Amino acid sequence: MIPAGFDYVRVNSAADAVAALQTSEDAKILGGGQSLIPILRLRLATPELIVDVSGVAEMNGIREDGDAIVIGAGTTHHDVTTSDLVRTHAPLLAQATATVADPQVRHRGTFGGAIAHADPAGDLPGVALVHNATMTIAGPAGTREVAAADFFLDYLTTTLAEDEVLVSIRLPKLGAGWGTHYEKFTRVAQSWSIVAVAAAVRRENGSIAEARVALTNMAPTHLRAAAVESALTGAAASAEAIKAASQAAAEGTSPTSDLNAQADYRAELARVLTGRAVAKAAGLS
Amino acid sequence: MVSINVTVDGRSESHDVEPRLLLVHYLRDVVGKVGTPIGCDTSNCGACTVSFNGQSIKSCSMLAVQADGGDVLTIEGLAGTVETDLHPMQEAFRECHGLQCGYCTPGMIMAACDLLKENPNPSEAEIREGIEGNLCRCTGYHNIVRAVQTAAASMSGTGVSS
Repeated sequence: MIPAGFDYVRVNSAADAVAALQTSEDAKILGGGQSLIPILRLRLATPELIVDVSGVAEMNGIREDGDAIVIGAGTTHHDVTTSDLVRTHAPLLAQATATVADPQVRHRGTFGGAIAHADPAGDLPGVALVHNATMTIAGPAGTREVAAADFFLDYLTTTLAEDEVLVSIRLPKLGAGWGTHYEKFTRVAQSWSIVAVAAAVRRENGSIAEARVALTNMAPTHLRAAAVESALTGAAASAEAIKAASQAAAEGTSPTSDLNAQADYRAELARVLTGRAVAKAAGLS
Repeated sequence: MVSINVTVDGRSESHDVEPRLLLVHYLRDVVGKVGTPIGCDTSNCGACTVSFNGQSIKSCSMLAVQADGGDVLTIEGLAGTVETDLHPMQEAFRECHGLQCGYCTPGMIMAACDLLKENPNPSEAEIREGIEGNLCRCTGYHNIVRAVQTAAASMSGTGVSS
């Protein structure tokens, strides 16, 4: 399977990427290419222009910035999972990223690419939601910042305009007192999540002071399980209380039925996996 | 056409290529490295795994133009990185019967070498996870895992150069 022909330009800055995007009505950004190249090969996309941002230095690397870490959109999954900064301040991201596809794909695929691609079965948008991440986006009018909660709009659709590029993702640290866990259900190694749950829990004196739970593949976009979060807030950090709160996990979701699972099965998975993820995040199992 | 310069198995290559040319087609059809097979063509099977700048990648999921300035090591160049006739990983696959039809073997060996570079003494579970990007439809993986364990022992944690 060979992609249809396209023009190719390699850029050295986010501003140059934006300028290149404006030269074509039908351009695509190439980072690690682990989603785009299979799509090109299958000819599900036949763009006129590919703008390669893989060499843009300002979009690569991980740094500490006060109470947050900032990850360049072009940073590979491998570099994310092996980063001491990520493991210390965003262990949920390190854990979830280590489950993305397989080692070869993690050597090429990028954090920003996975966020911008916004596949509802992807592992990383849910982590961005739990961290209350902020996306830094470059466009013709300069840069703008968008909260993760406002970034994901629909199936494979984000707030990114055709002539914008995701530059970096800012993750506020989840520090002392927080526990996190990513619980993923797949049929075989390296496959996409049928359902997955990202959870972060802050415990205080034996009860749950704050909980954040995000669901993967339970709707056209990732979403926070708001009913579970409010049921957990102030609840005892016990297996019984967590199980009870998890019963609300499928509220407000709209899972699909496909070859992997029916919608009602996905709803049950959401409840079960939420219970496991929260319990592990709370240090109970 | 785009001009690219790529080091392939230690030799410098310069070609004009179409932007849409996949790295695996470049390696096989332009450079002649047919030791790297095309398997699933959907980036699942890992048969086309090569080392790019020291990391395993699936060469069906990378454009040749993205390899410009980089260093590719294929199964054909692997033995050239050691003094012996075969690389210890190749030797271990032979000794342990880590292959039947052999189609997945080049990718499996390249992925296994990469695994040992990061983790010179992996447990059985770590080996199985480390080669999760490579499918074998013959062996049931049992002898492949044994081969990687054997290679890890014989390489004594020295890893593989690339």
